[in-house]
Amino acid sequence: MYDFTYQKPASLADAASILSGDADAKALAGGMTYIPVLKQRLAKPSAIVDLSGLGLSGITVAGGTVTIGAMTTHGTVANSAEVKAAIPALAALAGGIGDEAVRHRGTIGGSLANNDPAACYPSAVLALGATITTNKRAIAADDYFQGMFTTALEEGEIITSVSFPVPERAAYEKFRNPASRYAIVGVFVAKFATGARVAVTGASQSGVFRHAGMEAALSANFSPDATAGVTTEADNMNGDIHASAEYRAHLVGVVTKRAVAKA
Amino acid sequence: MGFEGIGASVRRKEDLRFLSGNGNYTDDINRPGQLYAVMRRSDRPHAKINGIDTAAASKAPGVVAIFTGADMAKDEIGGLPCGWQIHNKDGSPMAEPPHPVLAIGKVRHVGDPVAVVIAETKQQARDAAELIAIDYHDLPSISSTPDAIAAGAPLVHDELGSNICYDWHIGDKAVVDAAFAGAAHVVKLDLVNNRLVPNAMEPRAAIGDYDTSSGDYTLYTTSQNPHVIRLLMGAFVLHIPENKLRVVAPDVGGGFGSKIYHYAEEAIVTWASAKVRRPVKWTADRTESFMSDAHGRDHVSTAEMAVAADGKFLGLRIHTLANMGAYLSTFAPAVPTYLYATLLAGVYTTPVIYCEVKAVFTHTVPVDAYRGAGRPEATFLLERLVDCIAQDTGIDRVELRRKNFIPSNAFPYQTPVALQYDSGDYQTTLKVALANADWDGFEARRAEAKSRGKLRGIGISTYLEACGIAPSAVVGSLGARAGLYEVANIRVHPTGSVTVFTGTHSHGQGHETTLAQLVCDQLGVPLSQVDVVHGDTAKIPFGMGTYGSRSLAVGGSAMVKAMDKIIAKGKKIAAHLMEASVEDIEFANNTFTVAGTDKSKTLTDISLAAYVPHNYPIDEIEPGLDETAFYDPKNFTFPGGCHIAEVEIDPETGVTTVINFTAVDDVGRVVNPMIVEGQIQGGVAQGIGQALLEAAIYDKSGQLLSGSMMDYTMPRADNLPNFNVATENTMCTHNPLGSKGCGEVGAIGSPPAIMNAVIDALKDYGVRHIDMPATGPKLWSIIQAGQTKMAAE
Repeated sequence: MYDFTYQKPASLADAASILSGDADAKALAGGMTYIPVLKQRLAKPSAIVDLSGLGLSGITVAGGTVTIGAMTTHGTVANSAEVKAAIPALAALAGGIGDEAVRHRGTIGGSLANNDPAACYPSAVLALGATITTNKRAIAADDYFQGMFTTALEEGEIITSVSFPVPERAAYEKFRNPASRYAIVGVFVAKFATGARVAVTGASQSGVFRHAGMEAALSANFSPDATAGVTTEADNMNGDIHASAEYRAHLVGVVTKRAVAKA
Repeated sequence: MGFEGIGASVRRKEDLRFLSGNGNYTDDINRPGQLYAVMRRSDRPHAKINGIDTAAASKAPGVVAIFTGADMAKDEIGGLPCGWQIHNKDGSPMAEPPHPVLAIGKVRHVGDPVAVVIAETKQQARDAAELIAIDYHDLPSISSTPDAIAAGAPLVHDELGSNICYDWHIGDKAVVDAAFAGAAHVVKLDLVNNRLVPNAMEPRAAIGDYDTSSGDYTLYTTSQNPHVIRLLMGAFVLHIPENKLRVVAPDVGGGFGSKIYHYAEEAIVTWASAKVRRPVKWTADRTESFMSDAHGRDHVSTAEMAVAADGKFLGLRIHTLANMGAYLSTFAPAVPTYLYATLLAGVYTTPVIYCEVKAVFTHTVPVDAYRGAGRPEATFLLERLVDCIAQDTGIDRVELRRKNFIPSNAFPYQTPVALQYDSGDYQTTLKVALANADWDGFEARRAEAKSRGKLRGIGISTYLEACGIAPSAVVGSLGARAGLYEVANIRVHPTGSVTVFTGTHSHGQGHETTLAQLVCDQLGVPLSQVDVVHGDTAKIPFGMGTYGSRSLAVGGSAMVKAMDKIIAKGKKIAAHLMEASVEDIEFANNTFTVAGTDKSKTLTDISLAAYVPHNYPIDEIEPGLDETAFYDPKNFTFPGGCHIAEVEIDPETGVTTVINFTAVDDVGRVVNPMIVEGQIQGGVAQGIGQALLEAAIYDKSGQLLSGSMMDYTMPRADNLPNFNVATENTMCTHNPLGSKGCGEVGAIGSPPAIMNAVIDALKDYGVRHIDMPATGPKLWSIIQAGQTKMAAE
């Protein structure tokens, strides 16, 4: 990696001020994506602002909402008795990210700020209609994800926590890239009293997206069979050496069906 | 101490060191005053180098020196040599274009080293390497094997006038054509053997250490054969006499063939160390490994079998295009010829065989031997073809194999492609494997899987390989520029413990245990008192290293010979001490006995006498108990056997899961059954990798798309089944141990078993052949097309 200065502010305000004052400074959460990027010299930040001293970890469950601090690791979420009781699908999703070492370091806030199109967490956040709270505001999931590696976050804006409404039923199903083990297609389905929400990660050139056809079908009948006639257009799907756009489009149906069966 | 000799599954002596993180790998070695080298490599597949500007890089902090191909040329450094010369059909030698250590004039593949930066820290060297400005003029490139011989293809080496390295053949084409003319069936198959990246766990590394006072050079390197590196690099590249050059290959974390070859970085750090008069270390990162370690396989073939009405094979005709990459790696030309075409009889009595092989240059990383080397390519081709014959003729695939097996009473068996097999019993390995895999019960399992919506298939491969490499005179006549004997020095110390100095090299195989067990067995010394030393040209006699499953069959045989000498000398000493005739001395269980008496001396009594020769037959024999033997094998060895794979395919995703894998191999005498089982499991894991997961994929522009672990699918534990491994052994008849070798059988026998199972699972979809790897999307497309077809019908 290239040289940079390392800073570990003790307050959110200090962190925000460093990041706002230096366009080339970069916030570091768990670093499970960014440290490999640095090691491969694909980024040359002026400063790394380590967010681990801001007290942003922790899980609270109250009033039908699960709130997870931005710096809470995947391992913590996966093993949390409260999350397992309230939204077991969310704990299962966290327990399936990367490997044990990655889950020990990687954080929910880092994952959402990065918004890798093959990351798992964005699908849960979008399907559950979560709210992303930052040092400046609260952002609805539907407004937050704006395409691959693109979010509503502004310069100097730091995620502090994510709040998930507790659904009636939910599940996450992932079809893994055989090499990287990231999602080729990951689908999070959630059933609320108001209807079903379905978010797909890994598949689309636009990053995580809500699947209107699946939501309509599953809102009418939340069962695996209901997904049968619903198609997914291949036009906007990713294609690479591991999966063509057509294969991904097909897998969206298969994976959604399996997620519903699991929910 | 329990039984520790031949046949004992003793735990590996080396594992405490490895598992506790105390291995001593090349990158663990640091020399005083050491500098760090970073290679600036080509990021384009084919370009003319108009100029290299190192001015800014030279001024960067910590930089000690920057060298390019021109600097090496000034010192008259030679190109990297090729160790095997193949001759064309017309008798002319193969094309052997220069392989500069650092690129001169042109770059020919992504990863081709252009310059080296040497600096105080690796970080500084890397920073400076980015500052080197290279003025490239891009040229069109070829990355796929068939494209190399297309009309108007860009040339990898302009001076050759084509991309053909050689156009070689074996067998009598006219005789084979005649066999086809009268055949009831002709079964044809086009197939590709996918290109692989070896990916040893430990990346390559090298440290050059020039001693300014003595003028001696030491190279520490990740090598499977340090003496070969000393010979090639000293004699052909750097012109350093062997007495001034020491090569050390310490603990090495996996090789699979990729660490046999003499690589540019070894020559660079050794030469540069003398230039800068300080030690220079280079360690590859994983990305560099992908673009600079020799790749494996990469064949495109057409195979045809002439078959009689009763299913007997009458003749085999094969055309293969083999990719050499951009330059000839050390043993590359031998792989698609003598390690491939000579194996095409397999376990069958096919009376006539003709194979022609065109080797071609492309703008890709050089290709060389990778676990199995030529033999997996031959086995995949043959075993897929046999299944196609069964499919086309309607003869049961097991029955077809049985019918064509070389019978167990036909040995020694001369094949039509040069090899003479010494022993084997293919009916037995088949019979046991069918039983172990419950072949007969498969249809019930298929039906059960179908009830769960899964497509289950079973596949078989009955294979043979040639290893125990190799009789020197034979390989010399075939173009090898090296001998392939092995050497062992057995040093019995004064108090009876033993150090073995072997010319073989262990990079994961467990030789420190297996070879020590030979000493336990033959000399009766406990395992705890035997150490095995390898990998240092300053310590061991000139040996040839480890590859081609040769260490036990060849290196172990050298040990047996050396221990025979120890016993013979010990008998003379014992006869003197016990005042008996030498002819009356017997040796067993660590003890010399006068036959028919209770007079005896232990090996320790004898060794002590040998090194403290007070009462000693000094006029007849020298002091000491230290013997060396060289062993040149009389023939190759021929392990073989039967692999059976059972898979399930998820028709919704196309993903294959290996449910069961049964291997019954004939590896000759087994010294440590646990280690043999581990070797076979590891080989099968790599075979499953090739069959289902791995592919080195270049795009049309010459970039390696699967150039990192994010995109190159190495097999992992969850891709593998529990293995059902057994051996049914016949003894090698021409070496003193009877051992054949086990390192490669898993990687050779398994890929066609897996693919035959995949194709069996899809038999209702009109599938005849699928090229490896059988990935999810590939099988899904086939299933989709099959469903569409069935719906249309």
